[in-house]
Amino acid sequence: MQREDLFAAMGRSIIDGEADAAADLARRAVADGIDPLQAIDEGFVPGIDHVGREFALENMFLPELVLAGEAMKAAIGVLEPEMQRTGAEREIHGTVVLAAAHGDIHDIGKSLVGTMLSASGFRVVDLGVDVPVATVVEKAREVEADLVGISALLTTTMPGQRDVVEALTAAGLRGAVKVMVGGAPVTPEWASEIGADGFGEDAARAVSLARELVGT
Amino acid sequence: MQPRIDLLTDDLVRRVLDEAFALLRDHGVKVQAPEAVDLLVAAGATADDDVVHMPEPVVRDALATVPHVFHLHDLRGEPTVTYGGDAVQFDPGSSGVRVLDPETLEHRPSTTADLTRLVKVAEMLPELDAQSTAVVCDEIPKDIGDLWRLYVVLEYSARPIVTGAFSIQTLHTMIDMAAVQSGGREALARKPRAVFDVCPSPPLIWSAFGARNLIELARAGVPAEMVSMPLAGAAAPVTLLGSIVQHAAECLSGIAIHQLARPGSPIVWGGAPAIFDMRKGTTPMGAVETAMIDAGYAQVGRSLGLPTHAYLGASDAKVVDAQAGLESGITATIGALAGIDMISGAGMLDFLACQSAEKLVVDAEAIAMVKRLLAGVEARTETLALELFEGIAFKGEFLKQRATKDLFALEQHLPSRVIDRDSTRGWLQSGGLDTWTRAKERTAVLLEAYERPELDPAHEAELRDLVERAAKDAGVDPVPELAPA
Repeated sequence: MQREDLFAAMGRSIIDGEADAAADLARRAVADGIDPLQAIDEGFVPGIDHVGREFALENMFLPELVLAGEAMKAAIGVLEPEMQRTGAEREIHGTVVLAAAHGDIHDIGKSLVGTMLSASGFRVVDLGVDVPVATVVEKAREVEADLVGISALLTTTMPGQRDVVEALTAAGLRGAVKVMVGGAPVTPEWASEIGADGFGEDAARAVSLARELVGT
Repeated sequence: MQPRIDLLTDDLVRRVLDEAFALLRDHGVKVQAPEAVDLLVAAGATADDDVVHMPEPVVRDALATVPHVFHLHDLRGEPTVTYGGDAVQFDPGSSGVRVLDPETLEHRPSTTADLTRLVKVAEMLPELDAQSTAVVCDEIPKDIGDLWRLYVVLEYSARPIVTGAFSIQTLHTMIDMAAVQSGGREALARKPRAVFDVCPSPPLIWSAFGARNLIELARAGVPAEMVSMPLAGAAAPVTLLGSIVQHAAECLSGIAIHQLARPGSPIVWGGAPAIFDMRKGTTPMGAVETAMIDAGYAQVGRSLGLPTHAYLGASDAKVVDAQAGLESGITATIGALAGIDMISGAGMLDFLACQSAEKLVVDAEAIAMVKRLLAGVEARTETLALELFEGIAFKGEFLKQRATKDLFALEQHLPSRVIDRDSTRGWLQSGGLDTWTRAKERTAVLLEAYERPELDPAHEAELRDLVERAAKDAGVDPVPELAPA
């Protein structure tokens, strides 16, 4: 297959949300000796960019966004080891640890944020839901996180966001780690009250916030 | 004959239940409280860690002991609310975190003053059948937030109450609080004043708190109202029927746990599902599909002879505008036609996050319309019409007939001033006001007319004492005072 056709097919696999096809195309690129970084940047990323744009225009919808994110993960899953092998490096904007606050089991928004962040070049470690504060801090330390994102969808679990900020400070990590918070009842005022660095309105805005916070 | 809609054929109801039982048996339900797992296993379920597989007979046995009818009582012990009868009843939506400020239109965090105002207005609306702990009070420490809301409602209302606890510890305090005015826990169990909402977590999970909540409520004999909330396309199957199956599986498993803890305790087949909006990632309570899921699951619950509940009559609008009116009105109508025993949601905006006393006043008009619809058409005269034509002689003078004078008040519900039926000239002369403004005026009138129910001072002192002790146990000091009425 011609390179241009391959790249077009890669983009298409993301737009169509076909994770298996994306992984296959990624493997094909490796077999053909194509630079994995180029495959990502010229093949797959245009697909996720298209989906993001169309989603913002309300021409594409959440299921498509989520499946596109899954397809992207599948492609990167094949290409990242190849990049490590060849010593090429993908430009990672930063490492983000995500978690739903202690006691909170809401997952959907946070997962969407993770998908969007990872698709846009962040390394994402998603700790899931109902995450104890200590676990967040430990993981942030372990992966040398640049950013921690905590979501809370209940007023009763929002204090957990404050707890994370305080625990990061107590652990001496606050200087290196920025904190963003989100979730339906969360407001910019609350974010500022608890000393968080930013408030993520929704998954798309979380990405621009994250980039702003890590300085890219 | 009460008007009814049935969205599901009998065959679909059967298939929903078949698949719900299959899910319980094969897929299993996560039950995160060991005590609940033990109850289920002892009854014949199998557990793989916290995933419990329930054979159908275990669940059917539990279903057999659920009361088909129970009542909630008012302050005087009258059974004013019936679950499992023909009546469709309404209460304000519960657990809002903000109120719509009527002057600034701001959504601000709700306080005790806001909850008090809501309770007073609700108390003055005969269209509502029960109170709820409508909002969380922001200035109150979260550890006692649930019992504080109940305290406020008990202090200002004589009506039955729909509430819920946020922890097992506070649940016990709240049951004791509800029992004070009834005369103790046993009296409360015989004549419950309150029903407690308890939520499974979608999909198919009973959290440690949820499962324990079921057990404690069953043992106390206080009615439990399951609020299963499949989010179609996000936390539940995207299809309406798929979500109805999930709802059935969650409620059936909840009933199994509950009845095993104490057979014969009352429990409600209830919920707050929604579709998931695929553009905004929100959970629209005002969507017609939301109402359809509710109507569907209510039909399934009714087929089992169970009392039902749902969250309808609410809107996702942020102000009391046309969207608020149409979403609340249409979904309340669907819920009522589905024969749901208790419909929660009146007063709510913004996906159940925001309460509004003024919207409650508008919603009361929709509820009145809906209740009139359910009252149906009755033959009030011996002949339907023939006798009424005697002497009419082709003149439209039915106004002069005795029958018109005698019967108009039975045939026609009289809306409040919130509904404008004036001529244009009359409307202009009255100020040319819109619904929102008329609702604000009526809210003020209702607040002015509100009179606090007479409460036994000894009971009040006991209530206060319970609240204070719970607060101190939670490390809350000083304990907030309730403002004088």
